[in-house]
Amino acid sequence: MTRYGPDEYDVLIVGGGGAGLRAAIAVAETDPRLKVGVVSKVYPMRSHTVSAEGGSAGVIKSNDSIDEHIYDTISGGDWLCDQDAVEAFVNEAPKELLRMEHWGCPWSREPDGSVAVRSFGGMKNKRTWYAADKTGFHMLHTLFQTSLKYEPIRRYDEFFATTLLVDDGRCQGVVALEMATGRLHTIAARSVILCTGGFGKAFRFTTNANIKTGDGVALAYRAGVPLKDMEFVQYHPTGLPFTGILITEATRAEGGFLLNKEDYRYLQDYNLGKPAPQPVNRTMELGPRDRLSQAFEQERQKGRTIKGPYGDYVHLDLRHLGEQHINERLPMVRELCLKYEKIDPVTQCIPVRPVVHYTMGGIDVDINGATCVEGLYAAGEASCVSINGANRLGSNSLTELLVFGARAGRAAAEHAKQAKPFSAKLAALARDEEQRIEETFCKSGEGKTSGDSIASIRETLHHQMEAGAGIYRDEKSLQTAKETVLELQERAKALPLQDSSYTFNTELTAAMELRNLLELSSAIIESGLLRTESRGAHQRTDFPQRDDENYLKHSLAHRTEYGATPRIEYAPVTITKWPPKERVYG
Amino acid sequence: MDKTIKIQVRRYLPEKQPDPFWQEYEVPLEPKWGVLDALIYIKDHLDGSLSYRWSCHMGVCGSCGMMVNGEPALTCATFLEEYQPGPIRIEPLANFKVLRDLIIDTDDFMGKLKSVKPWLITDEKRDITDGENRQTPAELKAFKQYTLCINCMLCYSACPVVGLNEDFVGPAAIALAQRYNYDNRDSGNAARHDTLLAHGGAFDCTLIGECSRACPKHVDPTGAIQRYKADGAMEYWKRLIWPKAATAPKNDGIVKQID
Repeated sequence: MTRYGPDEYDVLIVGGGGAGLRAAIAVAETDPRLKVGVVSKVYPMRSHTVSAEGGSAGVIKSNDSIDEHIYDTISGGDWLCDQDAVEAFVNEAPKELLRMEHWGCPWSREPDGSVAVRSFGGMKNKRTWYAADKTGFHMLHTLFQTSLKYEPIRRYDEFFATTLLVDDGRCQGVVALEMATGRLHTIAARSVILCTGGFGKAFRFTTNANIKTGDGVALAYRAGVPLKDMEFVQYHPTGLPFTGILITEATRAEGGFLLNKEDYRYLQDYNLGKPAPQPVNRTMELGPRDRLSQAFEQERQKGRTIKGPYGDYVHLDLRHLGEQHINERLPMVRELCLKYEKIDPVTQCIPVRPVVHYTMGGIDVDINGATCVEGLYAAGEASCVSINGANRLGSNSLTELLVFGARAGRAAAEHAKQAKPFSAKLAALARDEEQRIEETFCKSGEGKTSGDSIASIRETLHHQMEAGAGIYRDEKSLQTAKETVLELQERAKALPLQDSSYTFNTELTAAMELRNLLELSSAIIESGLLRTESRGAHQRTDFPQRDDENYLKHSLAHRTEYGATPRIEYAPVTITKWPPKERVYG
Repeated sequence: MDKTIKIQVRRYLPEKQPDPFWQEYEVPLEPKWGVLDALIYIKDHLDGSLSYRWSCHMGVCGSCGMMVNGEPALTCATFLEEYQPGPIRIEPLANFKVLRDLIIDTDDFMGKLKSVKPWLITDEKRDITDGENRQTPAELKAFKQYTLCINCMLCYSACPVVGLNEDFVGPAAIALAQRYNYDNRDSGNAARHDTLLAHGGAFDCTLIGECSRACPKHVDPTGAIQRYKADGAMEYWKRLIWPKAATAPKNDGIVKQID
């Protein structure tokens, strides 16, 4: 195979989290002649996969079945999942999790040495593999450490991708900012895989890390790829009130109760079954996340939640589990509560509230991670396959990274082997990008003390997204959010910076991230405005019913231009063996 | 602003002035705010040019380690209230080259991590159809503590040997080697001896224990190093006196690039 310069790759992956690293390894294992690059704005082990706690789903025990995992996923997603994708996902899940075991992932174990599994919300059987309550941390470190043994993988740590190089209908690489020096690099590649995660940072209260700004999703969007099902944003029912830190669903799988201000297990009032002393799958606290977050909001409106300085909350009670069980199964939860809330869950209830956790929507891809642009792929939370439909089940996303990271890696490797020559125009495209960055961000604002700042635009965005596109929405709230985001985009058209340094200019990257979030927020809002039904995480108070006749379909947001409303189209949902039914829990 | 606290930051702007300097800011003293929240406040409201790394804000990504009043700390898990009345002095992690403000050069650390071959090395290739390896809870416990390292590098900042000897592979890397050495699924001890026994390896450690005191995740690198010294000494003498008896690595697991 012909070789090019040092910055030319067969497969280039943007994002070094779980999906990106799994994809990189898949390419290297497909063909060790292929050169693989991994561009990431943070060192890979800082990626947000690290924060996932509860576990990763895959059928392994004899009392479980593939069909049941498929059904749980489809019903959990309120029938908006593509069923062929779910079938592939569930079938490949156990193999991927076993591969992680062979790479050394420290899964928690049964006394006989087999891998242990736990219950999870919306799952009928115990099938969630876990490593105490630091599953994402252990998976990410295992993948990162394993990736180090593959010589074909070269990393570009702390490089921020600013645009895709698309010419002749093909994606042929990226332009990336080397954060340490401020230099822009043109990195050519025959296939590019976007694995940059979701965009929960469009919201104020979120479990998401600072880096979760949807950069790769915005790159694909600007390159003409539609964004699928953007209106579906998952609120996790149990985050800490001020920090938004995730308190894993595993707390409830282990037997935790949710209590309102009267110490009442309020979920029994919301069609989630009757309370029992022991956890029952698909019931009460083990219902799906959308339904639990919605129940909280209704309790709040009834005045039955507890008032706090950072908004209302309810109590998550683990006290009856006992110190030993908490230490063994939920050590991080205890550590986080002691550190960030100064309470001990062994003796005190944990204050929790719903917080934005996961974006079901993302880059429209097929079952192999391919987008409509040749050579461009996506996997993980950045993408929408869709296996998550209108509401993702807890512990499906870590598995999704593996299954679809690997699939995208293999498909991108096959595409790269065709070895089409690069366009002559790449250098010119890169020069255009340099000019765009200079014009937008680098007209010096040094010494500027007031006026429009990144922070003030971001704060307004956070407020509007929560108020307008939160757990419950209606036409008016979405319309207000739409107008505000359009205004914010106008204000952010040019964002002069106080910082004019080349070395680690984090103000520059923050400005780019903010513009990415603004573009994605407008796609969330417009998709939500036009979906006049309630399904999964998208709940319209003005259209409270699911409407299969008109909306059993994926929304596809197409970008028009910066600061303009996206155009929404629709695509059918693939239904194979599981026709739409009512979602029943309890 | 009701109550405030002063934050003194050691700044370094290599393009503007050759030497580091101190800059003072005043931030609200909010309950529950970590030192990191103060830095975020400064960047958002007082000075957009202040640079630092952060991400998860929950003490697990390992990005935001800095010196707080002279001690290495995760700034997202170190709280303003504990430092009343202030001021709080924040500097980049000690023992590292500073790139800018609170951002240090981590390339050397990353190379050291890789040098201990931190991946599962097995004598025979295992296929997915072979199913899972058995590992009892007791076998897991034998190395679990060493899996908890978040690569925050506080231990390198605390370690006096790292400060004097830049070749020392360092506490986190040795603990990571031991994480695999004590994993019953791994047979790569022999492949890791080369790094751990060499100049800059485990024997450069003088067992002062500062790394374990600094570790926010209780990994106890000192313990890991001490345990290695016993195994490594045996191997060292074998190699010296009777090379044939030394354990020869069967493989190191590296997947080579084919051109």
